[in-house]
Amino acid sequence: MTSTMKVTERVQGQGFGGGRMFGGGMVGQKSMTFGPSAKRLFARLAPERTKVWAVLALAVASVGLMSVVPKILGEATNLIFEGLFGKNLSPDVTKAQVIEQFRASGNDRLADMLTAMNVVPGQGVDFGAVGVILLWLVGLALASAGLGLLQGLLLNGVVQRTMQRMRGEVEDKIHRLPLSYFDRQPRGELLSRVTNDIDNVSQVLQQTMSQLLSSLLTVIFTVGMMFWISPTLALIAIVSIPLTVMVTGAIMKRSQKQFIAQWRATGALNAHVEESFTGHALTKVFGRQKEVEEAFEKQNETLFKAGFGAQFASGLIMPTMMFLGNITYVVIAVLGGLRVASGTMTLGDVQAFIQYSRQFTQPLTQVASMMNLLQSGVASAERVFELLDAPEEPVELSSAAAEVTRGRVEFSDVSFRYEEDTPLITDLSLVAEPGQTVAIVGPTGAGKTTLVNLVMRFYDLDGGTITLDGVDVASMPRQVLRDQIGMVLQDTWLFHGTIRDNIAYGRPTASEDEILEAAKATFVDRFVHSLPDGYDTVIDEEGSNISAGEKQLITIARAFLSDPALLILDEATSSVDTRTELLVQHAMAALRSDRTSFVIAHRLSTIRDADLILVMDSGRIVEQGTHTSLLATGGAYAALYQAQFAGAIVEEPVA
Amino acid sequence: MLVKVLKEYLARYRVWLWYVVALQLVGTMASLYLPSLNADIIDSGVARGDTGYIVRTGGWMLLVSLIQILCSVVAVYFGARTAMGFGRDLRAGVFHRVGSFSSREVSKFGAPSLITRVTNDVQQIQMLVMMTTTMMVAAPIMMVGGVIMALQEDVALSWLLVVSVPILFIGLGFIIRRMVPGFQVMQTRIDDVNRVLREQITGIRVVRAFVREPFETERFGKANAELTAVSTRTGRYLAAMFPFIMLVLNLSVIGVMWFGGHRVDEGLMEVGSLTAFIAYVMQILMAVMMATFMLMMIPRAVVSAERIREVLDTDSSVAPPVDPVTSANARGEIDFDGVSFAYPGADDPVLCDVTFSARPGQTTAIIGSTGSGKTTLLNLIPRLFDATGGAVRVGGADVRRLDQDLLWSKIGIVPQKTYLFTGTIATNLRYGKPDATDEELWAALTIAQARDFVSALAEGLDAPIAQGGTNLSGGQRQRIAIARALVRKPEIYLFDDSFSALDVATDARLRAALRPTTRDATVIIVAQRVSTVLDADQVVVLEDGRIVGLGGHAELLETCPTYQEIVASQLSAEEVA
Repeated sequence: MTSTMKVTERVQGQGFGGGRMFGGGMVGQKSMTFGPSAKRLFARLAPERTKVWAVLALAVASVGLMSVVPKILGEATNLIFEGLFGKNLSPDVTKAQVIEQFRASGNDRLADMLTAMNVVPGQGVDFGAVGVILLWLVGLALASAGLGLLQGLLLNGVVQRTMQRMRGEVEDKIHRLPLSYFDRQPRGELLSRVTNDIDNVSQVLQQTMSQLLSSLLTVIFTVGMMFWISPTLALIAIVSIPLTVMVTGAIMKRSQKQFIAQWRATGALNAHVEESFTGHALTKVFGRQKEVEEAFEKQNETLFKAGFGAQFASGLIMPTMMFLGNITYVVIAVLGGLRVASGTMTLGDVQAFIQYSRQFTQPLTQVASMMNLLQSGVASAERVFELLDAPEEPVELSSAAAEVTRGRVEFSDVSFRYEEDTPLITDLSLVAEPGQTVAIVGPTGAGKTTLVNLVMRFYDLDGGTITLDGVDVASMPRQVLRDQIGMVLQDTWLFHGTIRDNIAYGRPTASEDEILEAAKATFVDRFVHSLPDGYDTVIDEEGSNISAGEKQLITIARAFLSDPALLILDEATSSVDTRTELLVQHAMAALRSDRTSFVIAHRLSTIRDADLILVMDSGRIVEQGTHTSLLATGGAYAALYQAQFAGAIVEEPVA
Repeated sequence: MLVKVLKEYLARYRVWLWYVVALQLVGTMASLYLPSLNADIIDSGVARGDTGYIVRTGGWMLLVSLIQILCSVVAVYFGARTAMGFGRDLRAGVFHRVGSFSSREVSKFGAPSLITRVTNDVQQIQMLVMMTTTMMVAAPIMMVGGVIMALQEDVALSWLLVVSVPILFIGLGFIIRRMVPGFQVMQTRIDDVNRVLREQITGIRVVRAFVREPFETERFGKANAELTAVSTRTGRYLAAMFPFIMLVLNLSVIGVMWFGGHRVDEGLMEVGSLTAFIAYVMQILMAVMMATFMLMMIPRAVVSAERIREVLDTDSSVAPPVDPVTSANARGEIDFDGVSFAYPGADDPVLCDVTFSARPGQTTAIIGSTGSGKTTLLNLIPRLFDATGGAVRVGGADVRRLDQDLLWSKIGIVPQKTYLFTGTIATNLRYGKPDATDEELWAALTIAQARDFVSALAEGLDAPIAQGGTNLSGGQRQRIAIARALVRKPEIYLFDDSFSALDVATDARLRAALRPTTRDATVIIVAQRVSTVLDADQVVVLEDGRIVGLGGHAELLETCPTYQEIVASQLSAEEVA
């Protein structure tokens, strides 16, 4: 199920426009507390308060101006209609006389209509007046477009800057969260929060903010104009609002279900495709190709059915809206026609009214379809807020700390647990003298990595103290402490940048020569020369242009350059081929010389000359001593050594 | 490319597509007819005070609306069916194509890329088809129909259309042409921002250990600012679009009023026609707008179509034999005879003139540094690749002539990258032998040293396995994969560095337990660790795709410098002896 969801998210996350606008595909993730989270999301606009007010004012002005256009256009129609009527009448009679004539000839309706009209018999269309009106309209249209453009530009800036701030805050937060937060959260989940969710929020904000604003305002203004022209007709038109909302609501609800089914089917199919392509060779050799294809056919068919259902249901919204709009149109045309005929309304007003009634159904649909999008955006925002609300590492004030020069490390009665009920390290004490190499061995879960993490103050102790040259590390600001320590991890992390930049990561102030020196001392220089771009080779995301062993060498060079007083090494495992590994061993040895180092060892052969070997089990040190003394004791270390008669110990990577 | 894909896969749905066109035609005509009826209401009803006519025409308009919605609904039905059916067929086409590929083609494209092609790229084109059937078909009809209707109302006014339609089209085109590349740049900037975040999270320990938070914040700030700059620039075009459309619309309407007004005054046109003309102008401009938006989708679909075409046009380099040998005489004998393998266009061959034999009851170990061709060599046996020179024989027959099912039925493979399928432990174990009994499964688990942890699981054999087996540790996954091969009881075992995630003690126990089981089988082990190689019957030492040593451990230790070097890197002097 989790993998299915992941795939679904990925597919949804891709692409702008496309399905978003029409399909309303972002279902499945709904906000738990829509109101407060939406409020909080909009509260993020606060730093741009003045601009937001300006945007609102501009939108009101622009939409307002736009809304009066049909009404004024109607006036022009009236002028033309009246002129046309007047032209056909003899200029010798008055309007009253004409009405009398109509009544006399039994043409009551025309008489009624004429009464309401401003007709001067014998006079044609007053193009001077029409021209003035139309010029006004040109002005209105230009002004409305100009204001609308200004509003759009301002809003765009506001949204983009708000998102920039939000992304910045998230990034900042990452550095202030305790490491335990990262342990608890599955990595993919966290990544999805800081990437997919933020992308989604920004897309939704961009798409909805301006449209939502103008759509809502358009509906309000249009309804207002309709009431102004004819309250009765307006009431009839208004009736169509709840009708529209209900009908589209019902269709959307149904199509949403179908969309969920479609995304499920997509997820299931994608998972199957992923699995069959990743396990391609296995499928072939184990003779399962046919089953795989059959399963695909089945899922493909399911997806087809679900997809068809979703597309059909959502495709009904537009025609239905159009139909409802058309009905309103017909009703207004008929009723309006009757009223003009009876003289209670002018033709221009009917024309304007028809335009208004066409105008307000469309934004209504837009608002409805945007609610979906908005919901998914708010749900994403909520997940981002959760991250921003997570408790941070306590802020440190004291900056007083002596420079570490010797690197004597002492653990006294150290206790630590990740989880409340399961103590991991209990009452551990040890001393590492300056310049000594301390090797730590033991099975997975013995607490080897935890031990060195405590030295780095990645976690804070539950009991006891760790001192560095006599100073309690807990009283040292983390950054001062960490500046003294170099670290090489099994997980060779490099960032997207050149090899030079990656080495310089250890000490950004280092000169070119120092970087080169570090590279030479750790055998990086050798393979860099065989790369076409040398030190300018950019390490790509998968790091596929250099091998795992070479990556490890770069991380060693990085630590070498930082020239720490204390060193922590987590040895590489088997993924490195044997000959590169030899280089890694040499490089690590070069790094260790004259420094206090903690080495988490995976191969006993590499730590034989360590000054102190700690054998750990279940968070305790069960044995300590040198290689020879431990062998002589004939305890756990000796047993471990015997077990790997062939000289290599490799443990299972932590799951 | 796009056209070719569409032609090929839409052929089945040609009739439905014609239905869609016909229905859209009728539907659009109906909706175009409405303003004309409204004009009648004004001219023949309102102007003459004929209320009966107004009501009758109103009823007629309702009927036309009804026809219109019916046509639209049925058109959507066929459109959705066509688009989704097209998607299904295309997806199946690509999927089956990939199914016919050998590992060579799969690795050429890369599994992730193939996955995107089957899923996302197909979806892109499917979306285009869907939009086409609902909008793209309607837009031109609306445009042409609108023009015809407008001409019918008044020919002399139509020059207004000749002016306003191109203005809208060119203006929108201008905006979109600037916006689309902006979106593309935006996507890469988003990727940049996400990459930095991802790196920060995966490397959180390194960042903190080296106290590089300020550096990271600066790095992120730069990416963030770049993204914001591009988004803002692109957003500006988006902001300009709507006001521009409204401006063109309004000005066109005003133009109609002015020039139309004169024609009405001169008696060349009726007042109702004026209203109708305005309605048509608006509809035409809306159609232009829709069409322009649709055109935006095409470039993306073209890219997707090219990526799909690439897969469809690739032939498997491992073709099934035309005249397959359906029986192999000897059990599991493997012979490499002057075998070479090179990727097309590559300068250096991966394997060069490799000759050796592996016999039943024998264990052959292959050792060498990364990139020496070990895995490639192994993959030639089940024909995941085909040799480009020489011949690989199994049971005396060239693998290229052997019936594929027969060949595969002889082989149990444990790949380097352990891969488990979603399901349970049992379904994974039965992957190579669907009818295996529970006893057989437990027996295999016992040999693979996996019995203990499996029986410790609450659900035992039925314990669920997540995709890729991520809910197990590396060592557990590897042991399940070994057991999966054992369940098959094949004649040939291929272990590709399959013991790397096991600790030494487990490794030793496993290999000891394996020996009696594989007594009659041919075993080939690709290894990194010398300890794994120590008790092999023969060792093949590979370097740069060539055999530089062949023989037993002791013998090679004397004669083969490469082997000595490898051993020296792992063992201390006393242990070698």
